[in-house]
Formats: sequence, structure tokens, C-alpha cells
Amino acid sequence: MTETAVARPAVDLSRLRDWLPKYGVYLAIVLLVLYNIFFTPYFLTWSNVRIQLIQVAPIVIVALGMALVIGTEGIDLSVGSVMALAAALIPLYLGYGVIAAIVASVVAGVAVGFINGVLVARVGLQPIVATLALFVGGRGLAVVISQGQLKDVRNPDLIYLGSGDLFGVPVLVWIAAALVLVVAFLVRRTVFGRRLLAIGGNRPATELAGLPVKRVLITVYVVCAVLASIAGLLAVARIQSSDASAVGLLIELSAITAVVVGGTPLTGGKVRVLGTVAGALLMQLVIATMIKHNLQPSTTEMVQAVIILIAVYVARERKTR
Amino acid sequence: MTMGIVSDPAAPAAVAEDTRRAERTDRIVGIVQRQGALAVLAVVVLFAVAAFPDFRSFDNSATILVAAAPPMLIALGMTFVILTGGIDLSVGSLYVLGGVLAAWASQYGLLAAFAVPLLVCGAIGVVNGLLIAYTRMAPFIVTLAALLGARGLMRAISAEGSKTYLVGDDTFRRIGNGSFLDIGYPVWLVAILLVLGMVLLSRTRFGHAVYAVGGSEDAAGLMGIAVRRTKVWVYVMSGLLAGLAGAINAAKLGSGVTVLGTGMELDAIAAVVIGGTLLTGGAGTIAGTIAGVLLLGVIQNLINQVGNLNSNWQQVISGGFLALVVVAQTYLVKLRRIS
Repeated sequence: MTETAVARPAVDLSRLRDWLPKYGVYLAIVLLVLYNIFFTPYFLTWSNVRIQLIQVAPIVIVALGMALVIGTEGIDLSVGSVMALAAALIPLYLGYGVIAAIVASVVAGVAVGFINGVLVARVGLQPIVATLALFVGGRGLAVVISQGQLKDVRNPDLIYLGSGDLFGVPVLVWIAAALVLVVAFLVRRTVFGRRLLAIGGNRPATELAGLPVKRVLITVYVVCAVLASIAGLLAVARIQSSDASAVGLLIELSAITAVVVGGTPLTGGKVRVLGTVAGALLMQLVIATMIKHNLQPSTTEMVQAVIILIAVYVARERKTR
Repeated sequence: MTMGIVSDPAAPAAVAEDTRRAERTDRIVGIVQRQGALAVLAVVVLFAVAAFPDFRSFDNSATILVAAAPPMLIALGMTFVILTGGIDLSVGSLYVLGGVLAAWASQYGLLAAFAVPLLVCGAIGVVNGLLIAYTRMAPFIVTLAALLGARGLMRAISAEGSKTYLVGDDTFRRIGNGSFLDIGYPVWLVAILLVLGMVLLSRTRFGHAVYAVGGSEDAAGLMGIAVRRTKVWVYVMSGLLAGLAGAINAAKLGSGVTVLGTGMELDAIAAVVIGGTLLTGGAGTIAGTIAGVLLLGVIQNLINQVGNLNSNWQQVISGGFLALVVVAQTYLVKLRRIS
């Protein structure tokens, strides 16, 4: 992985240091894939790739929103709770058709994101505390709404979203890919994206420049929560049941990990959309590789911890230079 | 504000009046900000005493205190960390790890049951502290990694969380369940540690260094305070206290339960913040943290008393309280700055 690159005889150390945090994650993926091709049986079969992609899709969707929030020097701990809320609302509105269920879950996302955004932008709370309130309260509310019951979902349209195919690729993956493109476009080609990065880079300066800082911040948190609610919807569609106490549990950690490993600095001012996708893929590959080689989940967790530390350490070096 | 009045003939009196009023507001706001959690706690307890006959009983108060013992220890460590402007997400995992280790080690006697969890959790605290102080990586991300690492370690020693070690040592189990003057040993232990923590924070050089580092790291460094050493120590303390909390819980339950403790770190942060400690560091008290932990504990107890209320409401109410307190605090700080 990344350490192997350091060990290589470096032609120009400073250039390597510049290069590593940007492309280290891709290098790690390539190395890991090569390893798997040679040493893991059935790795290159379509059914395996398919399973990996389906599993990583919800994390990618949540991580996209998280990357935007982290780009503004914030953090959103409430994404898992948003997924739970979306999951709890779906069975209630599924009777009116799949559109109603989607609208209900997205509205829940907008509401949560709006509260988060107002607390951060208008009241001036630290993002970690503002979103902590809904992290604690949101899942409780979701379980209250669903009365703590696991509800089966039998709507064929919704199930198609979760386990159907389009041109041989799961619908889930198409949706995730489309959202990646939308967010990448948002960051790179729109005024909103520029403003978002400006806020993360230097908020006082952005305010002095007359940009609508509060409005942009609120929008960012709304976008993040809506993405999380879509992820919640897709999670319900995939497992064909809604369990508010389990959906999206600890996904905030996976999402933050994906963003950080993908090379987006926690200090804001920069969002690496493709890096985030790669970060999510890398963590998924690591887990899959370890499972295929009969390593325990405990080992996987410890390896994940080390990968996070390496990724942040490498990124940090570039900043101080 | 006072600048414009200076040329006025009645200036001195007006200025004096103005400053007096500003000072008064400042004092009141300061008291509310520091003791807000205590006031809310008093109101909630009065309401509970009036509304629920069962709440009044001594047994129930003892139950609340014993249940609050482990969260109190974790929140105590978290207070020190947050006062330096940091955060420690690993305490929930360390709490579980400490419990499993204590239950496993209790077969080798009482001393081992306390020493093993304290050593391991303290060592993880050292790693946290060194990484944060010397590589300047964000506390959030370092302790997030420690959260994952400690959980992995816990699962590794408990056969992926499926093996529950039973406490083998009777003395150890008595420490968790016995009582002195009708108040459980854990409560006494926690009370002693809280007093020690208060003395440490307000009466020693280390305590002042903690406030100084949280107030302004650069200024603290220029004053000749050992910023890095202070930072390392607060994370070590946090790790040790989380491990101790786990050990006490294992003694109470008589086993090392592997499934508890998820989200414990966030409860601790919530209690500290509700207690009036600013997440930006440099301001806050242990007394506030005590009120914060007890407030959350009392709310949980009340919800259990209301039989027909779904226990999941507890999270909703805790989250609501957290938002309310933090928003109120932010406005109080702003008010103070203006006046």
C-alpha cells in the first residue's frame, strides 16, 4: 500500500511527498487489486465485483455528502441517523406508492440538514456538536417512529431500486455513479462549489468578500443529509426490510474514513470527489481481501485504524512543508 | 459603547452606571453559563420528586448514582481533554476493552483485574497523546482510529466478541456490588476521583497548564508551558479513566460484556458540553460535568419510571437537551462578549 511507495528509492523526495497524498489511494487500490488477482481465487469474477460494488454504493453516497461538509471545515455525525429516519419513514408512506416513500425520506433529510445547517451557520455552533445532537436524537426518533419493529418491504418498484439490474449493472451502482458525477460537477463547475471551497479555505475572508456564507453552509448540510437519506432508502430497498435501529449504524465512521483516505484534508478548502470514491473502494477492498483470506473482523478493524493514521499522516506532511 | 458619552458633562456618572450594568450582566451570564446544568438538574429533580413518588426513595437515588459511575469517570477524563481544545472519541471502545480485560484478568487476582485494563488503556492513551501532540494530527481523527483499533483489539481477545469472560475473583466482584454506608463502592471511588480531579484542575500547575493550552496554544507555549507534555497527559488520563470505568462495570456485572459502550464517547461529550465546558477549550469546570452526567442519568431514570413511555424517547430527549443547552450557551457567550 502506501508504505511500499515510501520504501521505493525516491528520485525526488519532495515531489513524491506532493504526489503521495494525491494519488496514494489509487496506487494502493492498484496494488491491492493486483494482489487479489494473483492470490485470491474467484476475485475477478463478475459476481464478486458486483457484490463489492453493491456493498460500497451506500458508503460512497454518504461519503460524497461528508466530503462536501468536510470541504467547508465541518463534519456531519448525523448521517447514520438520517439513514435511520429515512428507513423508518419508508414503510409509512409506501402505501401511497414508491414516489411518496422517496419524497418522505428525502424530506426528512432536508429537515435534518436544515437544522444542522442553521445550528452551524446561524447559531455558530461547532459542527461536531451541532450534528451530535441529531446523531443522538435522530436515531431515537427513528426507532420511536417505527415503534422499534422490523418491517418487511414488498413494493416491487422499491425492490427494483435495491436489487434490480440495468444493462447488467445493478441499479444501485448506477445511482451511486450518477450522484458521483453530480457532486463532482457541483464542486468543479458551479458557483456553489467555488463558494463552498472558499468558506472552507478561509471563512472570515469569504464573509468579507460578500459571499452568502450562511446560505451556502446551510445548503451544504442539506445536500449531505439528502444524500444520506437516499443511501438510507437504497439500504432499505436492498435488504427489503426497514430496521431503524440497524440501518446506517456507524456509517459516519466509514464515510469520514473514505473521505480522509481519499486525500480530502479535514481542515477544509479542498474536496476530492474521485479520491473519496477511491477511498471508499479501498476500504471495501481491504475488508473483502481480509474476509476472503479468513482473517477476523477484529484484524480488519485494526488494519483500518492503521490505514486512517497513515493517510492522515501523509497528508499532514504536505501541509507543513 | 461608552466611547461616545465621554464628552458629555454627566459623563463620569453615566460611564460608571454603564460599567456597573455591564459588570452585572456579565456576572449573571457567567453564572448561568457555568451553573446552567445544575439549575436544570435542580428543576428536573424537583419536578420528578413532585410527580413520581418512586423517584424520592433512597434506593432509586442510589441506583441513579451507581448507574452514573462509569459515565462519570469517562466524562471526567473527557473534561480534561476538551479543556485543552481536543476531543477523545476512543473512550467508548476503551471502556468495553477495559471491561473485557478486567474480567479476563480477574482470574489472576484482584490486582491484575485493575492493573491489566489500566495498563492497556493507558498505553493506548499514550499513543493518542503522542500522535496528537507531536505530529499535530487532528485529535478527532487520531482518536477515531484508536476507536477502531481498540474495538478490534477487544474483539481479538474475546473470540470476535462471542466469548464473555466471567469474573473469577470474589473480592473484585464485591467491589462492584458491595456498599459502604448504603452507598455503593463504585460511587465512593468515583467521588474520590472527582475530588482529586477538581484539586488537580484548580490547585495545581498541571491544571493551570490545561486551561492555558486550551485558551491559546501559542500563548501557552510562549509562557513556557510544556504544551506537548500537557496534551499527552490529558489523553493518558482519559484512557486510564475509561479503562477504570470498564473495570468497575465488569466488577458490577460480574462479566466482561462485549456489546456495550457503543456511542459512550458521544454521551460523555454531550454531558461535558451540557455541563458548560466549551468545546473550543480553555473554559469549563468539573462541577459542570458532574451536573451534566447526573442530568442525563436522571432523565434516563425518569423515562424508566414512566412505564408506558418508549425507552427510545430517552435518546430523543437527550439530543434535544444537548441542542438546547449548546444553543443557549453560544448566545450567552455572545451576550457576554457584547456587554
